[in-house]
Amino acid sequence: MRKICSVIAVMMIFVASGGIAAADGPGDPTAVKKEDDGKWLDKDGTPTYKISADGTVDWFTYSGYRRYHSDCHVCHGPDGMGSTYAPALKDSVKSMSYGDFIGVIASGRKNISTAQENVMPAFGDNPNVACYMDDLYVYLRARSDEAWGRQRPAKKEDKTKDYTAAEDACMGKK
Amino acid sequence: MRKVLLATCLSSAAALAVGSASANDELIKMSQNPKDWVMPAGDYANTRYSKLNQINAQNVGKLQVAWTFSTGVLRGHEGGPLIIGNMMYVHTPFPNKVYAIDLSQENKIVWKYEPKQDPNVIPVMCCDTVNRGLSYGDGKIILHQADTNLVALDAKTGQVAWSATNGNPAKGETGTSAALVVKDKVLVGISGGEFGVQCHVTAYDLKSGKQVWRAYSTGPDDQIKVDPAKTMSLGKPVGPDSSLKTWQGDQWKIGGGCTWGWLSYDPGLNLVYYGSGNPSTWNPKQRPGDNKWSMAIFARDADTGMAKWVYQMTPHDEWDYDGVNEMILSDQQINGQNRKLLTHFDRNGLAYTMDRESGELLVAEKYDPKVNWTSGVDMDKNSPTYGRPKVVAQFSTEHGGEDKNTKGICPAALGTKDQQPAAYSPETQLFYVPTNHVCMDYEPFKVSYTAGQPYVGATLSMYPPQGESHMGNFIAWDNKTGKIVWSNKEQFSVWSGALATAGGVVFYGTLEGYLKAVDAKSGKELYKFKTPSGIIGNVTTYENNGKQYVAVLSGVGGWAGIGLAAGLTDPTAGLGAVGGYAALSNYTALGGTLTVFSLPN
Repeated sequence: MRKICSVIAVMMIFVASGGIAAADGPGDPTAVKKEDDGKWLDKDGTPTYKISADGTVDWFTYSGYRRYHSDCHVCHGPDGMGSTYAPALKDSVKSMSYGDFIGVIASGRKNISTAQENVMPAFGDNPNVACYMDDLYVYLRARSDEAWGRQRPAKKEDKTKDYTAAEDACMGKK
Repeated sequence: MRKVLLATCLSSAAALAVGSASANDELIKMSQNPKDWVMPAGDYANTRYSKLNQINAQNVGKLQVAWTFSTGVLRGHEGGPLIIGNMMYVHTPFPNKVYAIDLSQENKIVWKYEPKQDPNVIPVMCCDTVNRGLSYGDGKIILHQADTNLVALDAKTGQVAWSATNGNPAKGETGTSAALVVKDKVLVGISGGEFGVQCHVTAYDLKSGKQVWRAYSTGPDDQIKVDPAKTMSLGKPVGPDSSLKTWQGDQWKIGGGCTWGWLSYDPGLNLVYYGSGNPSTWNPKQRPGDNKWSMAIFARDADTGMAKWVYQMTPHDEWDYDGVNEMILSDQQINGQNRKLLTHFDRNGLAYTMDRESGELLVAEKYDPKVNWTSGVDMDKNSPTYGRPKVVAQFSTEHGGEDKNTKGICPAALGTKDQQPAAYSPETQLFYVPTNHVCMDYEPFKVSYTAGQPYVGATLSMYPPQGESHMGNFIAWDNKTGKIVWSNKEQFSVWSGALATAGGVVFYGTLEGYLKAVDAKSGKELYKFKTPSGIIGNVTTYENNGKQYVAVLSGVGGWAGIGLAAGLTDPTAGLGAVGGYAALSNYTALGGTLTVFSLPN
């Protein structure tokens, strides 16, 4: 748990300096570098997807698909498409920085006016979400670019040892 | 004149409350007056049937809009208004406004109530901030707020008579269901099955709001209010620790079994009936055992809360098939014998007919032929698995295990029917059932519990049954034989409560926004009108000034708005098929409106 919290703390500073109003998208999604845990990064060092010509997705896209359809789709609809209740995240991530995205998941957000009352809860202390924020980001980034469609990834890169170790530590498994 | 009648009515209610006599006699009498609609389902038996017959199969085609009313709220509008004399009481989703409308004064708003609630309750309400309606008793309108506060409002003025706190939203406990006034008590359930809540039904004193009894769905015998020797299940005493024995460790404390559906009541037997929801989490591997008494039908003594009988429909749920759908009470003959029956259309795709006095299981049959997770319920009384559904291994997510995607399960987690209540006509002896026609892939995985946070543990994708493109049916069901009599296809799930009338007409709404009238005998469509938004509300009828009206709330949302707004996932999309299934957002948009229909003058 301590690890998640420190990650969030760093991100919160990022958010504070970046500002949610910036409305900048993440830019060119081309994957240029792969980390030991299987995460791909773009030229700016932001997590991104890597989908091969044969439809094999990187582990984070696959894991993000799975986590999204557990904890996010109950409000944001299937496949990041939105619902009558909450916005389409496949569109939201187009105008958010990575830092904003992580900040909103960790801290939640409120959009309350006389016309509508939209509230997203803070997931910062929910390990089922907080431990998978990069996975969710990568999956939704792939959705936002239409690099991945409305289906479950059939072929995926393997889960790495480093990923498993980080996941276990984050989820508090012995 | 009608106003005078109402005043008399209210004052007699006050008089009744003074004595030891309950509000019950008054309510039973009022519910027998077809001009009014005094409780959520119209009557204690939850039949949603009206004796009014001015609008009938011959003239319903001429129906037109009499008046409309905007609720000023955008979220999903479930439930329907109450009508008592000249007054109509309309509720809304969060922020849970209540409007008292005088039908004799050109629908003037006599009073309006809007509670102050912490908006942090919004995101802990799974699947939209719906509210299923008001109840009435002893001159009070009872509102069950999103934040679980149960509030009694003076029906004449809207002043708060009392308020009781039923749960804690910080732990994921929320209020969506309608309360039911029974005798001198208000009974109410609680929501939060996706947040690991230990759910219950609680009775409050109608006069003071003081808690009288609380019965949990899971836990020790005293908490679940069963008598090990006297509470029966399928003809046998449940025995000690009937719930505790079916959970690992103290998982029952976060066991769910939520009670967000409808309550019904038999005054003759003095029993209250309702169902309990899914066990938490959605990952079955994480909670070994039958997980009693989640997914169960309860019959409880209205005065004490003690269970007379209980029956678990889906032991050890693997699909999120909540058992909360309404129990419809009817008196019918089976094999020449008069029986007091209870009929229940479960999320799991089976329709159950039971003896409501003894809890004997009479019929359990699929009410959508596509239901595939079970090959049926063991009806052999001598079998050790009597009353249990036989699970098909191919569609068992427990059998598949964690991190394995089990494909093609029908029905989807939405169930063959969700909370949208069916209707029963004693004339045709048929049940009119709004249904979903959707299947799913379900992959469970490990999750950890954090108080007040979602505790789901499965990935789902949903789509219509293979080779079909419609996602709903509106059916007529014979509860004695367990057979579909007729079935009308609907493009989307039918998420609106039905209404049956003595005019031989059955009404329901659709997610595109149509109010439809069909012939009770044949299902033939007789009338449709597109209201301003998709309908997830329940159709109501009443009479005012000699004229019959039909009313329905439109305002798309709820789980239907979340699952269907964008269209369902196409499981074959990766194999080159084109696009997803029809998106509800192409047909309708948000907005709450009450539309009231009548025949032309």
